[in-house]
Amino acid sequence: MKFDTPATNNPIDQLKIVGKPVDRIDGPRKTTGTAPYAYERHDVAPNQAYGYVLGSGIAKGRVTAMDTAAARAAPGVVAIVTTLDMPRLEKGAMNTAWLFGGPDIQHYHQVIAVVVAETFEQARDATAMIRVSYAREPGRFDLAAEAPNAQLAAADSGEGSGAAHEERTGDFEGAFAQAPVTLDATYTTPDESHAMMEPHSSIAAWEGDKLTVWTSNQMIAWGKRDLAKTLGIPAENVRLDSPYVGGGFGGKLFLRADAVLAALGARAARRPVKLALTRPLVANNTTHRPATIQRVRIGAERDGRITAIAHESTSGDLPDGKPETAVSQTKLLYAGANRLTAMRLAVLDLPEGNAMRAPGEAPGLMVIEIAMDEMAEKLGMDPVEFRIVNDTQVDPEHPQRPFSQRQLIQCLRQGAERFGWSRRNATPGRRREGNWLVGMGVAAGFRNNLVMKSGARVRLDGSGGVTVETDMTDIGTGSYTVIAQTAAEMMGVALEKVTVRLGDSSFPVSAGSGGQWGGNSSTAGVYAACVKLREAVAQRLGFNSAEAEFTDGQVRAGNRSAPLGQAAGADGLVAEDHIEYGDLGERFQQSTFAGHFVEVAVDVATGETRVRRMLAVCAAGRILNPKSARSQVIGAMTMGVGAALMEELAVDKRHGFFVNHDLAGYEVPVHADIPHQEVIFLDEVDPISSPMKAKGVGELGLCGVGAAIANAMYNATGVRLRDYPMTLDKMIDRLPEVA
Amino acid sequence: MKPFTYERARSPAEAAAAAARQPGAKFIAGGTNLLDLMKLQIEAPAHLIDVNGLALDKIEPMPEGGLRIGALVRNTDLAADQRVRRDYGVLSRALLAGASGQLRNKATTAGNLLQRTRCPYFYDTAQPCNKRQPGSGCSAIGGVTRQHAVIGSSEACIATHPSDMAIAMRALDAVVETVKADGATRRIPIAEFHRLPGETPHIETSLEAGEFITAVTLSPPLGGRQFYRKVRDRASYAFALVSVAAVMQRDGTGRVALGGVAHKPWRVEAAEAELPRGAKPAMAAILDGARPTDDNAFKVTLAERTLASVLAEARG
Repeated sequence: MKFDTPATNNPIDQLKIVGKPVDRIDGPRKTTGTAPYAYERHDVAPNQAYGYVLGSGIAKGRVTAMDTAAARAAPGVVAIVTTLDMPRLEKGAMNTAWLFGGPDIQHYHQVIAVVVAETFEQARDATAMIRVSYAREPGRFDLAAEAPNAQLAAADSGEGSGAAHEERTGDFEGAFAQAPVTLDATYTTPDESHAMMEPHSSIAAWEGDKLTVWTSNQMIAWGKRDLAKTLGIPAENVRLDSPYVGGGFGGKLFLRADAVLAALGARAARRPVKLALTRPLVANNTTHRPATIQRVRIGAERDGRITAIAHESTSGDLPDGKPETAVSQTKLLYAGANRLTAMRLAVLDLPEGNAMRAPGEAPGLMVIEIAMDEMAEKLGMDPVEFRIVNDTQVDPEHPQRPFSQRQLIQCLRQGAERFGWSRRNATPGRRREGNWLVGMGVAAGFRNNLVMKSGARVRLDGSGGVTVETDMTDIGTGSYTVIAQTAAEMMGVALEKVTVRLGDSSFPVSAGSGGQWGGNSSTAGVYAACVKLREAVAQRLGFNSAEAEFTDGQVRAGNRSAPLGQAAGADGLVAEDHIEYGDLGERFQQSTFAGHFVEVAVDVATGETRVRRMLAVCAAGRILNPKSARSQVIGAMTMGVGAALMEELAVDKRHGFFVNHDLAGYEVPVHADIPHQEVIFLDEVDPISSPMKAKGVGELGLCGVGAAIANAMYNATGVRLRDYPMTLDKMIDRLPEVA
Repeated sequence: MKPFTYERARSPAEAAAAAARQPGAKFIAGGTNLLDLMKLQIEAPAHLIDVNGLALDKIEPMPEGGLRIGALVRNTDLAADQRVRRDYGVLSRALLAGASGQLRNKATTAGNLLQRTRCPYFYDTAQPCNKRQPGSGCSAIGGVTRQHAVIGSSEACIATHPSDMAIAMRALDAVVETVKADGATRRIPIAEFHRLPGETPHIETSLEAGEFITAVTLSPPLGGRQFYRKVRDRASYAFALVSVAAVMQRDGTGRVALGGVAHKPWRVEAAEAELPRGAKPAMAAILDGARPTDDNAFKVTLAERTLASVLAEARG
């Protein structure tokens, strides 16, 4: 099915099941520990051995020798594969760093060996016996030091947010020079780790030249293609299966070393091998959100209208890497005739920088939305009003191109009302409760809606049951449930009559989970397959498909009705289709919006910042399931608290690695950090987006949160911080005297 | 994890004797730190002596009015003990500021005293570390040192002691009771129990080989108002950037010990004479001679401000 004209009325609009806050259909399995994650799939292949990987102890240079004699002789060891055993493997299309093979070291904790043994402990113990000799080379590890060498670079984030290396509209410099009120400030965001609960894990088994990998991956088709390419085998010989994913946040979008080394280990051991990356390797072996240095310049008239806006970002990556697309949202967020965005990329010898939840948007909004707060103060305007004055209903670089829906003003107005924004004291540092300085902050949330081709197969059985198969993944987001709701709504059956099977590369290729495109696109693919199935059912039962109604397990037209299952026959009835998109995405800017409101308290003596309450008002198209959507948004808001207050991969600039590579050193929010969160979804349907009229929310909930916290901290203390995370050491010198 | 042998000790003296017999032996109680370190082969004991069966899990009154806390009293039980809560509030608060409920259920009093630094370079076995591998060098110096010591450090080591409980015990002048392999017992004031790193940062306490902790004793209650203020980047489940254990009397005198600043609980008794004059002179005296890094110079200011906050609360 091609979606190239705005959606009209369709069976989803009945909203009997879609749009309802139903519980997750996979919830009972997950809460009882019976949903098997990749490392727990003991039953999929017999006689599994355990793999353990060794990461490089240097960041740049060469492995000159590896002594594996002691390890090979260690108890239980079945096989050892070292990086010196083979030339460098091919690289997957989505990878920047090479994953294995050859003597060259590109980054710390690059995998240099896998040890396979009868038990996990034996594999780990033997790995520690491998003696490695290195020839170290100097590397480039300090973004600030390398920034002057950074080159202009264009990029797409891989999750759809992109920007040219430099884009200009009007005359930025001229307009900025003439503006009566201006801001020119530089901000930084740190490297961040996805820090998902489940580390990258895979079980690999060979049958002849056919490889099956039970893994944890967000994008099955990408993973299959890139694993085949890396191993140099035909893609049709590879099967990936990833029905449950214990968190990804972009860290599992791409093929990683776990799948490659499980496959190599299994080939060497001649039996199935399971392995998981250790926690330190999640930080230093896989990908991370790259640090940025961002400069923002804004010029405005005294009435608050922006006349000039510039956003430039510098980040670093390995050679042939990509910049963090931190300026992408500034192209679209606010009006202003004269505009400049630019991205620069420095070469760094740190681990690969790549997509993490809202890549580009998250760190970009962390910055631009502080800058807006600073400008509002310079103008003497309320920060909510300043944003509203500069709202735009069209793409500011291409004014002929409207937003399909844009309710940012409504999000901000309703949020301000609900949050009690009018009680905020515009003068910072004035509200004190005991030892706490209390403040409120606001930021706009803004994430584009991306649409991706997505396929599904639906099967009707004789009892009226419907089974959906698609390689879509559920990374904790609720995919199982919204897909079941879609199929139930389309086929007119109860939710319990739908079975959803996900994550298997033998199923039709879906949108996968990334860029907050998964919910809308994968359900639209299921919609397309169900349209076909409805036609087939109608034909079998002798109905005119345009008139047939599918309700309560029955198919009705006129005064005739028949049980749905009757159409299945003995063999069942199968339909397969995909949704693909025309040019609506070019003709319209599709985006999601939020107003993020935060109240913080800052200890006047120590500078400890604690979030007191948070509100997100979201406009994101039709909400397919308000319960799972809310879960996504509050999870994202929590991640925003981490980004604002504590998350930072600390770089050892001498030796080139992320030092705090475990969950004791890389702090993310704990329960005590998150006292109260509220989420409101505005009524919105977006017929431009898909037949579902839905959009994504999973990344919207993060975008802007960090800045709202920064702005609340400023309102509380009068100390303006421009460097994330905003830890107490950055303001302790500027807080009031303690009595 | 290296293969190891294992035994269950039947008495404290026997535990000490067993440890003295077997080089590289370690006692194991809660195992909340030791097992993690064994998995990383930072600790690789050839022999484990399980002391959990020893009846050292009682908190008993002392004849002269203090408390004797058995070495195996779990952190949860110690924090919740009514006598501790009433008379040694600083200790109860310090315990509850540490770790998580699950870890406190398992961790013991003696084990808490013996836990090892959380310096990330200590944990990364690809990096040199004088604690892990004496003589290999300190990779923290010149590296990422936001969490590290600001005082009492050496050219060999700038790690901090991670315990909260020990900071409170330092303020209370607790005494560590031990038994040696020959059956002799010893009472070690906590001030002398933990060592500064000097040139031998791998030697962290004054315990002799095989010497086994049986109890920690507290002197009769000091009265006053007792505080444990732990400053950290998130609200829970994080090691202290700086912590202040304080026992303050109505007349403005008191005792103060600091966590997060040194290789051991940091207390300078002579500096406490400055407490009635306020946090600034007191902390200047407590941290006299501090040598912070660029990354952690904030801890000096933070310690002073945290103490000021505690003193204000004590007055209020």
